[in-house]
Parts: sequence; C-alpha cells; structure tokens
Amino acid sequence: MEELDVEPAITNIPAASDGKHLGFAWGPGDILAYETLYKASSGAKGSGCSFIHEVRKDEDIYSPILRKLFNESHHIFVGLQTIREDLPNKNKKPQFVSISKNYRSVIRACMEELQQVAVSTKDAKVSMQYGNQVSILLAIELIWNLCEVLFIDAAPAGSLLLHLLDWVRLHKADVDEKAREVLQSESPAEHHDYWDVVVSYVLQGRLEEARQMLVKQATLQPAARNMYKLMDTLLTKMPFYNPGGTQTLTEFDVKWRNWHEEVDRCLQDNSFASNRHLEIICRILVGDEDMLLDHKELLGTWYHFLVTRLLFSHPTVKPTELHYYAQSCMTMFLDSRNVPEPLDNILLAAFEFDIHQVIKDCSIALNNWWFVAHLTDLLDHCKLLQSHNLHFGSNLREFLLLEYASGLFTHHSLWQLAVDYFDHCPEFGRVYLELQIERVPLDTERKALKVLRICEQRQMSEQVRSICKIMAMRALRNNRLGSALSWSIRAKDAAFATLISERFLQDYCARGTFSDLDLIDNLGPAMLLSDRLTFLGKYREFHKLYGEKRFSEAAKLLLSLMTAKIAPRSFWMTLLTDALPLLEQKEVIFSADQTHELMFCLEELTSSLNITPGTDGSMQDEDIELTKVELLRLALARNLAMAIVKEGTVET
Amino acid sequence: MESVNAKYVSQKISKTRWRPVSHSSLQQPDIFATGSWDNENNKISFWSIGNHGSSDMEDGFEGDPQLLCEHKHDGDVLDLQFLDQDRIVTTSSTGAVTIFRHHQNSETISVSQSWPRVHRYPCDNAPCTGVVCSSPEIVTVGEDGKIIVFRADQEGVVRVIENADSSTIHAVTYLRTTEILTVNSIGQLKLWDFRQQSNSPSQILSLSGDRVPLHCVDRHPNQQHIVATGGQDGMLCVWDVRQGSTPFSLMEAHSAEMWEVHFHPTNPDHLFTCSEDGSLLHWETSTHSDMPSFLQGGRNNSMISRSAMAPAGGNQSLISAWLNGDSSKGRLETTHMLPSQTLSVNSLDVLGQFLVCGTDGEAIFVNRQVPV
Repeated sequence: MEELDVEPAITNIPAASDGKHLGFAWGPGDILAYETLYKASSGAKGSGCSFIHEVRKDEDIYSPILRKLFNESHHIFVGLQTIREDLPNKNKKPQFVSISKNYRSVIRACMEELQQVAVSTKDAKVSMQYGNQVSILLAIELIWNLCEVLFIDAAPAGSLLLHLLDWVRLHKADVDEKAREVLQSESPAEHHDYWDVVVSYVLQGRLEEARQMLVKQATLQPAARNMYKLMDTLLTKMPFYNPGGTQTLTEFDVKWRNWHEEVDRCLQDNSFASNRHLEIICRILVGDEDMLLDHKELLGTWYHFLVTRLLFSHPTVKPTELHYYAQSCMTMFLDSRNVPEPLDNILLAAFEFDIHQVIKDCSIALNNWWFVAHLTDLLDHCKLLQSHNLHFGSNLREFLLLEYASGLFTHHSLWQLAVDYFDHCPEFGRVYLELQIERVPLDTERKALKVLRICEQRQMSEQVRSICKIMAMRALRNNRLGSALSWSIRAKDAAFATLISERFLQDYCARGTFSDLDLIDNLGPAMLLSDRLTFLGKYREFHKLYGEKRFSEAAKLLLSLMTAKIAPRSFWMTLLTDALPLLEQKEVIFSADQTHELMFCLEELTSSLNITPGTDGSMQDEDIELTKVELLRLALARNLAMAIVKEGTVET
Repeated sequence: MESVNAKYVSQKISKTRWRPVSHSSLQQPDIFATGSWDNENNKISFWSIGNHGSSDMEDGFEGDPQLLCEHKHDGDVLDLQFLDQDRIVTTSSTGAVTIFRHHQNSETISVSQSWPRVHRYPCDNAPCTGVVCSSPEIVTVGEDGKIIVFRADQEGVVRVIENADSSTIHAVTYLRTTEILTVNSIGQLKLWDFRQQSNSPSQILSLSGDRVPLHCVDRHPNQQHIVATGGQDGMLCVWDVRQGSTPFSLMEAHSAEMWEVHFHPTNPDHLFTCSEDGSLLHWETSTHSDMPSFLQGGRNNSMISRSAMAPAGGNQSLISAWLNGDSSKGRLETTHMLPSQTLSVNSLDVLGQFLVCGTDGEAIFVNRQVPV
C-alpha cells in the first residue's frame, strides 16, 4: 500500500447518533450508509433506523453551472481524441496548445457565470458556496495555464519568459481595475493609488502603460522634466525578446546587458535621487531583490515575484533552470511566517517539471476528477507521460479518466457524457461501460432506445439482450404482448419470443380471435426467430387464407404445420379441429394422400394421449375430447372416400 | 455556420418549439419553448432570442437566447406543441397531458389544465409519446398503444381508441382536420378517420419486410397526401398516402435514429431532420435544376427511389418535388447545419428563417439565417 498523503476527511451522517453501527456499500461514485443492528448477542430486535443515506463524494457534479463545464469540455475531449496519431509532432503541437486554450476558456466562462451568480444571489450561504467554486476554478485555471506554458507549449529560453509574463498578467488582473479607477478620477496623478499602479505595471513588464501613466505626473512637475524624460528613455529602451524576429538569443542577451548596465549607471550616479518613486522604479528595473520584496503587497504571490525577478535579472532563463529560481523565490517570498499552501506546492512542482507530482497533488487537493482527468489526458496526448505505469489498473491517464467517467455515470443525466470517456480508455473502458450501462434506469422506451443505440454501436450484444429483455418483461407485465414480442425480436431472444408466442396462442385458444393482428401479420423474416413464433405467424396465415376462402392453400398449409413438426404437439388437436370445416366442404379439398396424412397425425396424437388416460381429469372434458376424435375420424373417412372417388374419376 | 449560436442550459433538451406568430403580421419568431428530459427535476422553459432590440445588446450577449421563465414538469417532457400563442401542451413520461399557460405580461407559467395518467397500463403509467393539436382539439398517443382525443375547453376525455396499436405509437400528425396519422415501432403508418366510429385504422401503410421502427412523421404543409417519416435506421421516407402502401422513396440520411422531421411550413421544398447521431440536416429539392449539380455544394446523399412512376391523374404542375425525386439529376441536396458534435439532437423546429434545436449535450442552437 502507498503511504497516506493526507488525513482522510470525516463526514458525519446526521441521523446516525453515537453508539449506532453503520454498514455501508460502495457505489461507483457514492457510498450508501445504513444503520445496522449490531447487538447480535443480546438478541434484541430493536427497530433499526429505516433510512439509507447516500454519501456523495463529489458535490460539484450536481451544480447546474458546472454542468456546462462538463458538457463543453466533453466536446473538446472528443475532439482531442480524434487528432490523428500519425501526424508529426511538430504539426500537432499548435493543435494541442489550442485545445488547451479551449479548455481554459471554458473554465473561464464557467467562472464568470459563477461569479455573477455569487454576486447577485442574496443567500449568503449560496453566495459563499459559489465564491468557493470560483476560487477553485481560478486555481485550476492558473495551474492549467502554467502547465500549458511549461509542458504543452514547452517554450524555449527567451519566449519562456514572455509566456510566463502573460500568465502572471492574466491572473493578476486587479491592476487594470485599479488603473481604471485612477484614470477616472479627477486628477489621476494625485490619486493615492497612482504610484501603486505605475509600479504594478512595471512589475508586470507592462512598460508602455507605465510610461503613459508617468507622462501625467511629468506634466505636473515641469521642474523634474529631465528626470522623467530619462526614466521614459530607460523604459522605452528595455529590450524584449521577439521570438518571431531574426534576432538570436545571444544578440538579445548582449542588448539586454547593455541596457541593464545603463540602468545601473543611472542608479550609481543618483540620477533619480531626488524622486523617491522614480528611484524605486529604477531599482526594480535593475532587478534589486530587496526592492522587489518591499513590494510584496503589489506582487501578491511568490510566483509573481519569480516572474518579475526573472524579467529584470534573467530574461533568457532556460526551462531547466526554472526550478532553481522558483524554489529560491518561494523561500524568499514566503519567509518563515507563511507555510506554503497546496497551490504553492503544485505550482512549484510544475516549475520543477515534475508532472506526476502536479497531478498527484491536484488529485488530493481538488474534490473532483474533472481537472486531473482532462489535463492528464492532454499531457498524455503530448507524449509527456509514457514512462509511468501504475501498479494497479492501466496507466495514469486511463485511471483518472475512468474515475471521472464513473462519477459522471452516477449522475441521473450526465451519464451520456461518460460513454465517450469510457470509449477512449482502451484497457478497461469497455468493461466499465458494460457494467454501468446495464444499470441505467429505463423509464421510457425513448431512453431505452438511446441506451440500446450506445450498446449496439459498440457490439455489446450481452447488454443489448439484457436491455431488450427488461423492456420485453415490462411490456409483458403490462399485458402488451405486441410490444414484448417486438423487443424480443430486436434482441433476437428466441426463448423469450417462444414464451410470448405461447401467450398469443393461449389467448387465441381462450378467446377464439387473435389480438395484435397488425404485428403478427407483419412479422416478415423476423418470424424465423423461434419455432413457436414461426408457427404463430403461419397459423395466422392459415386463418387469413381461410378467411379469404382460399381453401386448398389453407389446407396445404395446415397439413404442413403438422407434418413438418412446426406446430407443437399440444396444438395438434386445435389444428385438426380447424381442419373439420374444410373436410365438411362440398368440394374435396384434402386429396387422398393428404387425408391419409391427416389420419396418421390423428392416430399419432390419440395413441400418445392414450398412454396417460383417466388421470382424474373431469370426465366431461374427456368425453368432449373423445367426441371430437370420433367426429374427426368420421369426417376424415368421408373425405377419403370422396377424394378417392374424385381422383379415380377421369375428367371428361 | 457563423449564424449558429450554442447555449448551454444545464439540462438535456427533449423538445424545442417556436411560439407561433400571428399570420396577419409579418412578424419574426422571437420566443421558443423547450422541454427537458432525464433530469431529477424536469422543466419546461420559455426563451427569448431578443429580436426586438432588447437591452442585452451591450453585454455582448447579442443573439444568446435569454431565459424568460420556467416551470417544473413531472416526468420527462416527451412532446411539446403550442395550442395557441399563450398555451402549450406537454406530454409526460408519467402518462400525463398538461396545458401550460404562458403569461406574457408577468413572464410566468402556470398549469391551466391537466389530465394526469391518461396513458396507462392496468397497474402502471405509460409514457405519452406524442401530441398534435389543432385548437381546441388535442390528440395524444402513447406507449400503451392508445389514441386519446381531448378538447382544451372540456375537462374529460373526448374519445379513446384502446388498442389502436399493438406496439408503441411514436408520433402523430394531422392529415386533414378529421384524419390523423400515427407511426409505430414496427414500421407502420396508420390513418385514422375520426368521422368513423370504428376503432380500427382506415388505412395501414408499412415499410416492407424489415419492420424498422418509425420515430417521427410530418405532413407536407400544402399537399396533404405527402408525408415524410424518419426511422430507427436514420432513413428518410417520403410517402404518398393516396397510393400504394409502401413508401414512395427512401433516402439514407442519418446513421442512427431520426428523432424529428419537419417540412418548412411556408417553403415546403425544404425539409429538416435531426438524429441521435448528433447531426441536423437541411434537405432541399430544387424544382428546376438549371444549375449543374457540381455547383450546388453540400453533400449529396445516395438515394433509392422505389418507384419512379408519376402519380396517375395528377396535374403535372402540382406534383411535388418530393414525389419527383431523381438522384441522377442531383435534385436533392443535403447540408449539415451543425458543427460536428457527438450527442443526439433530439428536437428541432423551424419557422421563417429561424431554426432552433436542442441536444443531449445540454445545448440549444439557434440559427437565424436558414437559407430558404
């Protein structure tokens, strides 16, 4: 067993008080807990609590807004699976990055909606619940974005920093809000947040915006015009790497160093000594760590600090060096009073390029599988996970997808999404699907048809049979023989079709008419499914022929039903009785040969009947049977005579 | 494709219907109703697509359907039809038929009339699968094989045809004011004439042999003898109920159950179908194909024409393009109307240039520029 990473969470079952014993049963996602009568020794049969509690592991799945996340991401997931394997990696990377961006935009859309609801709702508890979900999604998006930069896009030195800057800017958007506030005030330059905004811009490397802000201050202080002009030049001249350009990384590095020395010179000759704020900015530009740490409030997080520090000290940082800076920045920033939170550790693990640690920590810290399942799947498509196999189940990707999909399957409505996830788990997906799909409650035929379609598309014949059987049984219980027969024909379930055909024949014997003629008359090739069904169809055909007065065809069919052993022996007497009116017709319908065969059938039947005579069945029934046989014999004999005469007569 | 808007609504949509617009004015449809299925709590909802320059424009929500109001619905909504501008009839998996009233002033919905458990077995509820109405008459069909007639102004049931079908009736439509047409799960179309008191159909048409269940039916808006049906195998069948008992033509359309088929109400050369396979198709027959087929774009489906004979005694100019089908001339065009998507499109409705459809992916798509 693996070591426990965290203390297990405790869930109290409200109705189960102290001293009671609980039993439980695992579900695919949830647990059922119930009270048990433990005191077997005392023999007391006290009334136990009659409630069963459903303990849900994952509440998020029931959030109406998060459902949109599940549905939209399902669509992206399916799209990702169809990217062709054989494309060269170079062509696939932009696709993976764009898919990753799609996932993130879905998260953001969901987040915005949650935020709106959280603000607009009046219920404080609901508001807090939504607020929590927003912060979770925010963290998810932050991690995802970093993973995208580091793993999926795998930016090389130079552009790596640019991506990281974008990442920080996206997740530290409060600067813009503050800037808007400042700019909308009457005199922005005198606003108390003015310098915070300027410094924040610089910290995020948004130098153009910082310059525009500084202009406002410069116009107010004509005396310090030169100083502002110098700062403006420094900010303008700061080189940024242009990955699309012709400049090599070394050229950029030389250029950057020159600029850095220039800033340093300004600092040395105290160019900004008379203005505290410009002095601060200059020291930030030169990468002064103490000065950066003085602005913890504006930086907010250690990873912002990290990116700013890299920007002004090591703009050509290589991916492999990141972990060193990340570690030191985190230590410097958090110092002793702050303990790193799970999020900090996850991000650090990402900077260390320890993908498995990221996934593991996320699985522990987050309460649903959505994030890890989708991220792992994407990383797996990028071929970043191949070396890792679990000692249980299949690989990590499949394990997480299965967990996520199983969770979806417990939902009364989202189960349909889970099917596609199972489809893309090559090893165990099918088994999971087979086990789960049979347990979908089938309220209507339409739902049954949808489930059937899922099974049929995947050639899950066992499940198809089972679903059809459920539907057929239900129809049978409700006395809908036609429906029941249709379902068993669809399942090609011969035994059940036989059973239902039996019922039809019983009904016919009892009532003398067929029910559900529209079905029986249109059986077509489906008739061949079972012998009894064939007989039912053929027997009905006989009635139809008889009704249409096509006697000789009817007679031929009737006889063949017995001689070809299609009719069950128990039904022969009925068939022979049906032959009676044909025998009594004025013209000869049964030929001599046919009459012989009929006689043979009758004898075969009576001889087998005589073996078990008089088993205290009512005498009356037996009498009727005997009379029938007598009548038949008479009719047969008469018909035979007529037939011989007719056949012996030469037509003139 | 740009004019298609998807909105995720957190419920699987079983039916979508435009609210009818009055014939006198040349109004655009702006409100539609949806019903959900397979939820713990199902709902019927009214949505506005905001054609009348609503205040939402600056929010960047332009064109996004906005929820007006919703109401709880017992059981899955299996079918949905507007009775008139304010009233809508729903049928439920619990066997109930309900009329809801939409109060447009207060944007609320209330139950105006309901017939609980009208479709039932001796000891269980039977889902009511379809409804068709021509105010005030309402006709419903169900898994119990019954046809039930109601009047919106009467409390009781007007007429019940017990054992109208031995299998499930999946859909119903009016053929004429006194005649209806039902389709069932063994591939039959049955015509019922309400002027006759007998409880048996006046005509039965069927797919020969293979007994493929039929799921939907729609009648040509102008030529009442032309009927289109869609079945489990995704085939589109066009029937001429005046002649023959087999379909006039069969066209391969979808790879799974076709859930709905609709002729365009005012331009019946166009037809729309949606399916379990997640696609929505727009069919167009061009009565005069001057343009070579290779210029027409779109995807041509193979088409099997069962009988090519022209209807006897029919005025040639009145023969519908649908009964004229000839694949060799490329007269029938089909176009996919949705971006690729995997989950079933359960329902569609089209009115004017506006089309709305709902899916199992919990999305509603609205297309405002249907090329008709």
